[in-house]
Amino acid sequence: MTITVPQQAARGESVFDRLERLLPQVSKPIQYVGGELNATLKPWDAVEVHWALMYPDAYEVGAPNQGVQILYEIINERQDALAERTYAVWPDLEALMREHGVPQFTVDGHRPVGDFDLLGVSFATELGYTNMLTALDLAGIPLQAASRDEGHPVVIAGGHAAFNPEPIADFIDAAVLGDGEQAVLLITDLVQAWKAQGRPGGRQGLLLELARTGSVYVPAFYDVHYLPDGRIQRVAPSRPDVPWRVRKHTLMDLDAWPYPKQPLVPLAETVHERMSVEIFRGCTRGCRFCQAGMITRPVRERSITGIAAMVDNGLRRTGYEEVGLLSLSSADHSEIGDVARNLADRYEGTQTALSLPSTRVDAFNVDLANELSRNGRRSGLTFAPEGGSERIRRVINKLVTEEDLIRTVTTAYAAGWRQVKLYFMCGLPTETDADVLQIATLAREVIKAGREATGRRDIRCTVSIGGFVPKPHTPFQWAAQLDHASTDARLMQLRDAIRADREYGKAIGLRYHDGKPGIVEGLLSRGDRRVGRAIEQAWRDGARFDGWSEHFSFDRWMQASQIALAGTGVDVDWFTTRERDRTEVLPWDHLDAGLDAEWLWEDWQDALDEVAVDDCRWTPCFDCGVCDQLGTQIQVGPTGVVDLPMPTARASVGSVLAGS
Amino acid sequence: MSRQAPDRDVAPTVQRLRLRYAKRGRLRFSSHRDFQRAFERALRRAGVPIAFSAGFSPHPKVSYANAAPTGSASEAEYLEIGLQAACDPHRLRQALDDALPPGLDVIEVVVARTPDFVARLQASVWRIELPEVDVAAASAAARALLEADEVVVERLTKQGRRSFDARGAVLSLDVAPAGEDPGGCAILTAVVRHGTPTVRPDDVLAALRRVADLVPPAPPRVTRLAQGPLDPGQRTVGDPFAEDRA
Repeated sequence: MTITVPQQAARGESVFDRLERLLPQVSKPIQYVGGELNATLKPWDAVEVHWALMYPDAYEVGAPNQGVQILYEIINERQDALAERTYAVWPDLEALMREHGVPQFTVDGHRPVGDFDLLGVSFATELGYTNMLTALDLAGIPLQAASRDEGHPVVIAGGHAAFNPEPIADFIDAAVLGDGEQAVLLITDLVQAWKAQGRPGGRQGLLLELARTGSVYVPAFYDVHYLPDGRIQRVAPSRPDVPWRVRKHTLMDLDAWPYPKQPLVPLAETVHERMSVEIFRGCTRGCRFCQAGMITRPVRERSITGIAAMVDNGLRRTGYEEVGLLSLSSADHSEIGDVARNLADRYEGTQTALSLPSTRVDAFNVDLANELSRNGRRSGLTFAPEGGSERIRRVINKLVTEEDLIRTVTTAYAAGWRQVKLYFMCGLPTETDADVLQIATLAREVIKAGREATGRRDIRCTVSIGGFVPKPHTPFQWAAQLDHASTDARLMQLRDAIRADREYGKAIGLRYHDGKPGIVEGLLSRGDRRVGRAIEQAWRDGARFDGWSEHFSFDRWMQASQIALAGTGVDVDWFTTRERDRTEVLPWDHLDAGLDAEWLWEDWQDALDEVAVDDCRWTPCFDCGVCDQLGTQIQVGPTGVVDLPMPTARASVGSVLAGS
Repeated sequence: MSRQAPDRDVAPTVQRLRLRYAKRGRLRFSSHRDFQRAFERALRRAGVPIAFSAGFSPHPKVSYANAAPTGSASEAEYLEIGLQAACDPHRLRQALDDALPPGLDVIEVVVARTPDFVARLQASVWRIELPEVDVAAASAAARALLEADEVVVERLTKQGRRSFDARGAVLSLDVAPAGEDPGGCAILTAVVRHGTPTVRPDDVLAALRRVADLVPPAPPRVTRLAQGPLDPGQRTVGDPFAEDRA
């Protein structure tokens, strides 16, 4: 299945001519041609270090990704390096590329990915693993890292899924945990020096250089030993000069890193047709199911002036008509009220929409949404109680009471919204049927209160619910995942309960995802190195685009896992629906997200006891370990800046061109 | 969404401009929707005082005409915009061209002084390059097509598979060799009358396949060279901006 790249081609030479002949035969060819506004294309020979950056999903999902855009720009700002982007190609183009010997290419220079020094792959989700294998194979890069030589790129995984890269340990040369900004600069420095010195030690020498920093995880330098019962006995470095644990990177002072400064504007339609400005990183709400909240601590805010400058600069450079203020819980920014008011004032009358993807359940969130949408354009309102009953919400540490929710939603209906969306999860630890059925009651109360508050009958709410997948580096990393049959049975009970409600049922929409994809995600999330064989087998059996329901096949994954895990004594259930005990060595224990293992375990016990913890931004530290271990601290306002010294945007419109 | 539109003052349209633009090189793979998004963003980047429609979800006043199909290049695409403040067309052309990615190029802007612009776009001139196709074979196929009274072709549309005549709309079809392409290359130039359904270059190629079994081994490269009013006698296409310039 490997692709033979013509030998005579010089490194970095464009393959566009060969690709172009295939494009009339594929769907949405524009996604493969590059040429986005604000894209950078540097001459190959002008730099020493060449990065290919991959988002392992379709262009329409990958192109808006902030992580890739940030790293792309930071690398390209260096004189001695360049970065180009590559995305997963759809099966129609993959087949043609194989037929015509066209390798995996970058969309910027259409250069073969195999020619680059480094291939960085950003994994927001584990469901991109098979797409990485397709890209490696199309690039002519051996799937197994051990089979690569000096002519092949160093393959580095990043993104949230890289906090447990063990399932893909055989396929990657290295993984980076945490914020990528400074990490890519460090790696670029090391590769530049290694090349300048004549590549001492060859490929192995470079990997050793990376591993010795303690900031880059090189799986090949760590051995995993197993117990007879299949559990891990220990994970240990295979060399004395490699550290026992690898730590995550934490970028402090977001105002010093206002990236992307030149947001890319794709020609092809993407899943986010807007510009994004990250208003803070990290979250300390402490929701126990939330991997993002646990691994991105501490909270680091961008200041109100920094946010406004990025919004202003970005709009001028892109022409987007909408700006999203991104973070894990945007209403939690300490100065969000002033941010919203200032931006709404500034862009009033310019047909510029401001959106705050926040799911916080409180009336303040509704006020913010009102403020941001006062010039007319508004998106939907979404709240995330996550759990149906107050008991289960204490288990997951989502501190929302039923009263909070009813009050919030009533405020929204009274303010003119006719529809709200409510997010929930199914399969949470200790959950019973009753906890999930409580969602129907909650939705009913929401509609009832909405009708009373407005005197109208056209009030609606949509309940959106999916299966919970336990994730590494969270208090639920020890929990048993609910099997897919039980998940589906609970969801059906909920559906029936809503349907049976004659008075309110018709006003309640239900969107749910069946439990099967969650089991594969669970296998990949909490798997160890033995799962790598299952990934490769599933890929060889045709697995691609596993995050897309039309491409995902549960049966293919189960068959592949059965074949690949045969003889190991462990299986899919062992990785997913089995609860772990305190003494078990977890596959990611040698990877340091800063969280104290004792604290995580105690938080897991608190969950089982239905005990909640507060947010350390507003209450004393509860010793999660992050700030101590990493030497970091919470960075939040207030900055004291309340009003921004900026003119309104409206005054400048047309002034340059007007007057014929 | 789900809320009554607030009352809003809508600035009136004080000037209408007509634009001719090109879709070149690799950006020929952009669809019409891709172009629309890029164009509306370019309006904002360039600071064009575009007028907006009234209503809950205001849209910039842009009317597009006869977009070339995805994959075809074009030197002659047209649209019209409404402005809430009058602009100098030459400066606006430059500003918009700068704001669009290279390959989407604004060629000319005129002030709309006449009605019924779209009705003037009666026919298109298409250049169809057929790499690796022998000129003699292409010429024979073109002759066969022109000699036929009717050539029914099929196309998959949103309404399903549709059959229609591709011959009647073809007013002329010339074949010439390409300069120095070593593999050989025939270049067709077709004048095609607009109608319903619009006969597109791929329909002409389907017709050539039907009448003479002409099957290009490599993907054709298609460019629309012109659109405009038709002079039936001479079978040429005129300048649709002529009346606005007068």
